[in-house]
Formats: sequence, structure tokens, C-alpha cells
Amino acid sequence: MTLEHWLRVWSYLPQLLQGLSVNLALLGGLLGVGFVLGVVIALLEVYGPTVLRVFAASYAWVFRSIPEILLLLLMWFGPAQFGLSISPFTAAVLALGLRSSAYQAEIFRGALQAIPMGQTLAARALGLSRLQAIRYILLPQAFRLSLAGWGNEFAVVLKDTTLAYAIGVVEVMRQARYIGSRDFPLTLPAYVLVAILFLVVTYAGLFVIGNMEKRLRIPGLEARR
Amino acid sequence: MLLRVEDLHKRYGKEEVLKGVSFSLDKGETKVIIGPSGTGKSTLLRCINRLTEPDRGHVWLEEVEITSPKVNINRIRAQIGFVFQDFNLFTHLTALDNVRLGLMRVKGMRKKEATERAMAELARVGLADKAHAYPAELSGGQQQRVSIARALAMDPKLILFDEPTSALDPELIGEVLAVMEDLAKSGMTMLVVTHEMGFARTVADEIIFMEKGVIVEQGPPEQLFQCPKHPRTAEFLRRITDLYGGTR
Amino acid sequence: MNLIFSWSWLPKLGQGLGLTLELTGLSMALGAVLGLILAVLRVYGRGPLYPAYLLASGYVHLFRGTPLLVQLMTIYFALPTVGVRFSPLGAGILALTLNTAAYQAEYFRGAIQSVRAGQMQAALALGLSRLQAIRYVVLPQALRLVIPPWSNELIYMVKGSAVVYLIGVLELMGQAKNIAARTFRNFEVYIVVALFYLALIFLLTVILRVVERRTRIPGLGAAGRV
Repeated sequence: MTLEHWLRVWSYLPQLLQGLSVNLALLGGLLGVGFVLGVVIALLEVYGPTVLRVFAASYAWVFRSIPEILLLLLMWFGPAQFGLSISPFTAAVLALGLRSSAYQAEIFRGALQAIPMGQTLAARALGLSRLQAIRYILLPQAFRLSLAGWGNEFAVVLKDTTLAYAIGVVEVMRQARYIGSRDFPLTLPAYVLVAILFLVVTYAGLFVIGNMEKRLRIPGLEARR
Repeated sequence: MLLRVEDLHKRYGKEEVLKGVSFSLDKGETKVIIGPSGTGKSTLLRCINRLTEPDRGHVWLEEVEITSPKVNINRIRAQIGFVFQDFNLFTHLTALDNVRLGLMRVKGMRKKEATERAMAELARVGLADKAHAYPAELSGGQQQRVSIARALAMDPKLILFDEPTSALDPELIGEVLAVMEDLAKSGMTMLVVTHEMGFARTVADEIIFMEKGVIVEQGPPEQLFQCPKHPRTAEFLRRITDLYGGTR
Repeated sequence: MNLIFSWSWLPKLGQGLGLTLELTGLSMALGAVLGLILAVLRVYGRGPLYPAYLLASGYVHLFRGTPLLVQLMTIYFALPTVGVRFSPLGAGILALTLNTAAYQAEYFRGAIQSVRAGQMQAALALGLSRLQAIRYVVLPQALRLVIPPWSNELIYMVKGSAVVYLIGVLELMGQAKNIAARTFRNFEVYIVVALFYLALIFLLTVILRVVERRTRIPGLGAAGRV
């Protein structure tokens, strides 16, 4: 394999970027699903009746115990049992989104529970209702405390999007394989390029989240370790 | 002369914390260093056993120049005991193991002898019955006494005490000072940084008053307390006696 | 909905489970050794061993910043183009090991850095050398502090091992895929496999919790004063 191969692979960059855009779309979709569900579950877990708390705990256990790739396969073959048919992309968004919701619920729950009791007491003492206390005092603090955990989740889930390859989504891994099968000696350069793309996106994302953390930081508002 | 310190300088960033400190210690002497917080007293102690590297200056332990790059610093440190303000007992080891570690790993003693020696030192500080307790299970005063036992077990030529009672609750200070007093009386060479004026008065052979990185005055306790030569010494002593009281 | 299950699937799935456990165990163990070395280099290597420190940091960033699947495919499909060939099993073990080593390196590093500076100082003050201090004072504490994140990593690796079926390794997922291909009962087979994983991870979590309790030392850990 020569330098010529390493140079030639750059001509395939548009194709790889197109694949990557699928990964990123998947990422956005699943994080959105995960966020909405995650916050709801976390709130249920912390403030809800015991029944819902048990449900939330089991939900977390299930989605954290099943391998992501298996979740994808289940979501791909499952709907057929009910007579539904969904696209591979949708299946991936749902499967990974549900999984992410379990992890995001944990992150958010941890953040909620890290806020000292005194905050709630002071809010209620002022006359704020339970809902108002949650909305004006607890949620803003919990969101700030969750940023670090979310940064982590972003980095993890970005990598999981490549698993959609297994159910036929034409994302960046599949594109790399196509390149390799069309032009054999370009296989290694193609995968290396994919690796570089992931490194770039991961660090760019972490940088953005880190910046957000810095700008939203309030002295004294840190997780009590 | 057991310890000689000559012209020590240390700078942290823009701030020079030690501005040329020199003094000496003879065998069996106990000298106490006093002075306002942040004047470099702790830094001075750490420079002596090079836990902090001085920028300039020399330190001699008997005939050996500690500050020379050729010296085996680990061997030197084994001869100088160090008692920290925060005790720094090894959290994962029992009191007995804390005292034994240096004996076995630095001095190469076998387990049986090390255990005998360690138990003897723990008994000396009155904690033989706590040999198998973990640091977290001991009170502050007990932890500091174990820390002294740990230093003693190494048969040091000299022991450095860095504000040994500052992190202790008032009721616990006495037991540690008592151990230190016994030590001084038994002939150990000691250099102590402390705010405990009562201790300084009764136990020290000489008191060194430091302020802003230099030694302002040094002399026997009676001289410093009764007729200090420097106005700042007088002022500091007045303030400190108001805060901490005289003898304990 | 028309679900059909079969007991006949169990023996093969059991075999696959065995291989999953071997794969996970082996890669975790090898990864721990490599990860520990990387962590020590990252924490203590900056001055004396700078090139090694850089290599360790580069390695960690590379293997944590890229997907496991990319690493696996590169080893199995791309390396042969330059003459480095692995069996599916070999490629799987290698990819899993290299991957987990990077994550474990970060967990070990965090644990080492959680051990208070005063511990190292006290060790040096006694006359212990740096290496002795690391070995007798810092690491024993760090290894206990690392148990919670390490347990998490173990569970991640059990799940991560599933991806090697894509290159033909017959662990739990691989066996499942074979059965599904034969019987066309995809959904049912995968449901059974999911139950396998649920049970396995539940068991592991319980065991790890017991280990953590057994090795606990009062005063050492998140609950103690750090």
C-alpha cells in the first residue's frame, strides 16, 4: 500500500461525509428521544409514587443490561410481529433512543439528588408550590449539574450510531466497506479516515459542551461529592 | 552540629516565601519556630527534607550535604522524621501497618522484628491497644500520635513537626503535646513549627521568630518572652498570647 | 402476533454464553494490565518518561474517541490488506482488549489522582522511593477506589463483546444469529438472548457489589473523608 492510496482515499471524502451525516442525524434523533423520556423518567423516579419508582428502576435495568446491538435487532424485527414495518433508520433512532433515555434518566436523577435539601426547604418556606419549586429552583440547577454527564453520554452514543450498520442503515461504516470492496487497497485508509472523522466530531462536541458548562457555571454550584 | 541550614530561598510564582533563612541545630536540642501564618515556616521544614526543593541555599545533616544532587535523598529522609499537620497516615493501612511500612520497605527489616519494634513505638505513644484500627477509626489526637510513632520507629536523627496540633480539636491537643514533651526530654533533636506558646516556653531550647520569609529574632524562651529585641517579635507574642493563652 | 419459542435453542445459546464470558474475561484482564501501565504513565510519566507519556495519552485518546466497531473492522478487514491477518476470534479479542484498556486507563488514572497528595508526601518523607510509594501506598488505595467504575466497564464489555458476531465469532449473539437464520424466528430468538443478558448482568452486578463491600476500608472511598 503506497502513499498514492492514502492520497486517493481523500477523493472519497464526500461519500464518507454523507455517511457521517446519517450518523449525526441518528445521533440528534436518539438524543432528543432520550432527553425527553429521560427527564420524565427521572422526575417520576425522584418525585413519583413508589410504583412508578419501581418501574423506572426496572426500565433502567433492562435498557442498561441489553447490548445496544441486540436492541437494534429487536427493534428491527419486532414491529413485524405486530404487522408494522419501519425503516432501519427509524428502528435505530427508537432503539438507541430508548437506551439513551435510561442513561440520561440516571444522569438527571443524580443531578436532582445532588442538590442540597436546603434548596427545596427555602423554596417551600417562601411559599412556592411543589411544582414551582421544581420548575424554578431544582430544574435549573439540575440541568447545570447534568452537563458533565451529558457530555459523556454524547461521546458514548456517537460511537453507538455505527452499530446501525448491522440493521442495514447506510451510515459511515457501510460507506467505508463499500469503498473497500470497490477499491481493495483503499480499505485501511478508508477506515483510518473514518476514525479521524470520529475523533474530530467527538472532540468538537465535547469542546462545545465544555464551553456551555463554563459559561453556565455558577460559583458554588457544584455537585457535592 | 546535627543540622545546618544556610541561606534557603524559595519562590512560588511571583512570591518569594523564603528569603535567605539560616540557622543550626545541635544534637538533643529542641527549637520551635513561631510566626504569623503564611510566612514560610512550613515551606522551610519541607525544604529541609526536600519534599519541596529550595531554589537556593544548602542544608547539612551532620557532615552530609542534603541539598547536593548526588545524595540519595531517600536514605536521608529515612533519617529525618516528619510529622504533618494533617497526619497523613496511610488510609488503607492499620496503625500497626502504618508504623511497620517504613521499617520493612525502607530499612528492610523482617516482619517479626518490624512488628516488635512497631508495637513498642505504639506503646510509647500510648496506643498499643489501637494497633489494628484504621486511621478513620481513630480520633485526630490518636492519629497524630500514631504518626509520631511512625516517625520514631525509623530511629531518626531529627524530627520535623509541621504544626502538629493545628488540625486538632482543643481537647486532643494536650495528649499530642505531652508525647512531644516526653520526646524532647528524652534527648530527641526536634524542630517544631507551632502556635502553642505554652509548649514553646517550657520545652524549647531556643525559639525562632519568622516573619515574611526571614528570621527576625531567635533566642532562648525567657529572653524572647521577657525582653524581645525586636518590636515585631513583641507585637506578635502579645497577639498570640491573647488568642491562645499562655501555658497549658 | 405469532410467537414460537423452542427449548432446542438452549444448548447452542449456552455454548455461546460460555464464549461470551471467556471473551469478556480475557479482554478485561489483559485490558486491566495494559490500562494500569497506561494510567501510571499518564499520572507520573510527564517528567522522566515524556515520550512514553505522550504515547500513552495518544493511545487513550485514539481508542476512546473512535467506535469499537471501527476498531474491530479495521483489525479484521483492513489490516489484512497490509499483510496482518487475524482469525475472527483473534481479531475480536484484540479489538476488545485494546478498547477496554483505554477506558480502564482513564478509570485507574482517576482513582490514582483521587488518592490525596498527602499520602505520597508522607511516603516520601519516610524515605520510600517514588516507585515504592506508588506500589505500597498509592496503588492499594487506588485499586479500591477504582472498583465502582471498573465494575461499570465490566458490564459495558459484556455488552460490547456482542459486536464481534459481525465478524463471525460464535459467542451468544453469533449463535443466536445462526439459529435465527435457520428458523426465521428472529424476534423470538433475540428475546431469549436478551433474557440471557439480563440475567447475566444482574448476577454480575450482585457479585461486584459483594466484592466492593468485602474490600472496603473505613475512611477510604467516596463515603469517607477524601
